Amino acid sequence: MQEEILKVTGLKKYFPVGGKENKNKFVKAIDGIDFSLRRGETLGLVGESGSGKSTTAYTVIGMYSVTEGSITFKGKDISMVTSKRPLSLKKEIQMVFQDPGTSLNPQRTVYKILELPLKIHKICPPDEYPYEIARLMRMVELPLEYMHKYPGSLGGGEKQMVAIARALATRPSIIVLDEPTSALDVSVQAKIINMLLRLQKEMNLSYLFITHDLSLMRNVAHRVAIMYLGKIAEIAPTESFFRNPQHPYTQMLLSSIPVVSEEEEKYKPKRIHSQGEIPSPVNVPKGCSFNTRCPFVMEICKEVDPQMLEIKEGHSVRCHLHSK
Amino acid sequence: MEKHDNSEIVVDVKELYVSYRTFKGYVKVLNGVNLQVRKGEKISIVGETGCGKTTTVNAIAQILPRNAKIDGGEIFFNGKDEFKMSSKEIKNLRSRGISVIFQDPIASLNPVFTIGTQMREVIRYSGIEGAFNKEVQQEKAINALKETSLPDPERILESYPFQLSGGMRQRICIAMALATPRDLVIADEPTTNLDVTIQDQVLKTLKKRVEDKGSALILITHSLGVAREVADRIYVMYAGNMVETASSKELFREALHPYTQGLMSCIPKLSGGGIAEGIPGHIPNYLDPPKGCRFAPRCKKALDICHTKKPPMFEPIKEHYVACFLYN
Repeated sequence: MQEEILKVTGLKKYFPVGGKENKNKFVKAIDGIDFSLRRGETLGLVGESGSGKSTTAYTVIGMYSVTEGSITFKGKDISMVTSKRPLSLKKEIQMVFQDPGTSLNPQRTVYKILELPLKIHKICPPDEYPYEIARLMRMVELPLEYMHKYPGSLGGGEKQMVAIARALATRPSIIVLDEPTSALDVSVQAKIINMLLRLQKEMNLSYLFITHDLSLMRNVAHRVAIMYLGKIAEIAPTESFFRNPQHPYTQMLLSSIPVVSEEEEKYKPKRIHSQGEIPSPVNVPKGCSFNTRCPFVMEICKEVDPQMLEIKEGHSVRCHLHSK
Repeated sequence: MEKHDNSEIVVDVKELYVSYRTFKGYVKVLNGVNLQVRKGEKISIVGETGCGKTTTVNAIAQILPRNAKIDGGEIFFNGKDEFKMSSKEIKNLRSRGISVIFQDPIASLNPVFTIGTQMREVIRYSGIEGAFNKEVQQEKAINALKETSLPDPERILESYPFQLSGGMRQRICIAMALATPRDLVIADEPTTNLDVTIQDQVLKTLKKRVEDKGSALILITHSLGVAREVADRIYVMYAGNMVETASSKELFREALHPYTQGLMSCIPKLSGGGIAEGIPGHIPNYLDPPKGCRFAPRCKKALDICHTKKPPMFEPIKEHYVACFLYN
């Protein structure tokens, strides 16, 4: 087992709600989560919109300040915002955003986009920039003639490759991928995912992979954590997570996935159907936050918030059904 | 192509060619599309971004933008040629014949009117019995919402779109589309913006409502999984052509066209096993599309004839059509 390079404990992120009458109200975007990331591992973070998965990513890279809890990188505390984070730590954690159309500057050529991180982090002397940029472009399989093109003339998949090359420029050890393929078609997605998996092997990268697509997660992640209203509902190694889902919410998500073969149908829990919608994170239900949609809801669920419980090695679930 | 009693065909698109005028020249999007929908049938058009799915259905509903030009082909709706209809007949087509559910319910619902106002308007223009009676309108609207399993319909009718969640808004669009009898419902990526649990609920509602009302359905989606859940028959579209069509069971048993095969292998499976490499290359440039089969430049199995001649539909297996010379 490889060393843990990122550790998140009791992380909380609250946003104040605007308006005079809402002075002491908060959106609890993340409400106490713990997870860790090992070297060379992919941790998948899955959840519906509003579950806090993107907020988690932004807090880890320092775009948001931490309300409570800690984030440590190789033993060093990094729970401060980016502006206060030392440059040497910033370059270790990079990010790829969902929409490459808006995360790349339309006024800069691919060359300029890839040059910036090299300049800021002083990766190599200025006269070596063209070689380094060419190396990065080869790494993500972009033709070198794209070097002086603008993002506007590239396709969606190619733009995302530029974004990945930019993240790789600082030679990071962790890349946070926030839905990197959800804006792309499946054939392009396949290409990007395979490239990411190859890069991970070559450079021993760790990925924090955020997506809402569970079937994609099955094929890329080593471990999967499922989030619901700012809390982790279940976390487990991929194999155990899909073979033996424990939390009713996981089962509900799995049963809702449209699949393309009979073989996959076997993975879908049969006795559960999706109902209801995710409540607003301003008014999180009392007790277990899933109790409004859960088909197995008990009296205790409406009163007491369940604790994380390890039911098998590495497989933890936060549900009263398992707390006996 | 298919031999069936003509009277039960709702929509029959024959060799449709559509192009868009842009400042660079004419973009030839549809390249001879054939499509048939029978009464009460649920079909799905599957394809990637920019393959012409939306253009096809917009042509059927006669809502193509102004820069679109029809270069050839015919569309029959209930046996009537749509391109020869008078403006009054087209108005009737939209208010009684076809209803459309769009991808983004926020854009398709008017933000400054209540849901009730908008639903009553749909019913008023439908020409059903008592359409101009306020009470009938209200009653029909409430029924439509109830049948779409929306709770508390009276309150919803008085709400504005922004007061409701995404899943609810899309269900309202479904209710609105099916509030009055229609021969055909077109759903253009109705669940793309929704979460997977909500998508599941919305698709189930849509399927049930269409079956109850006996309308035909054209569901546009880029997800083969969604098509499999809903449709009886699937059309796979690539670069302005229908490349393969079969019943959904048959298509998932054995995909014949190299494009469909490539698409299927790219889909991440819940049972694991990794993802295939994807399909090399890009969708062609519509300003100057390839001469023969439009998939030929990306196709590993391409023959010489593929680069010069457009493949017609072959029927290697009964009721399973494929536009590929490999099956000649």
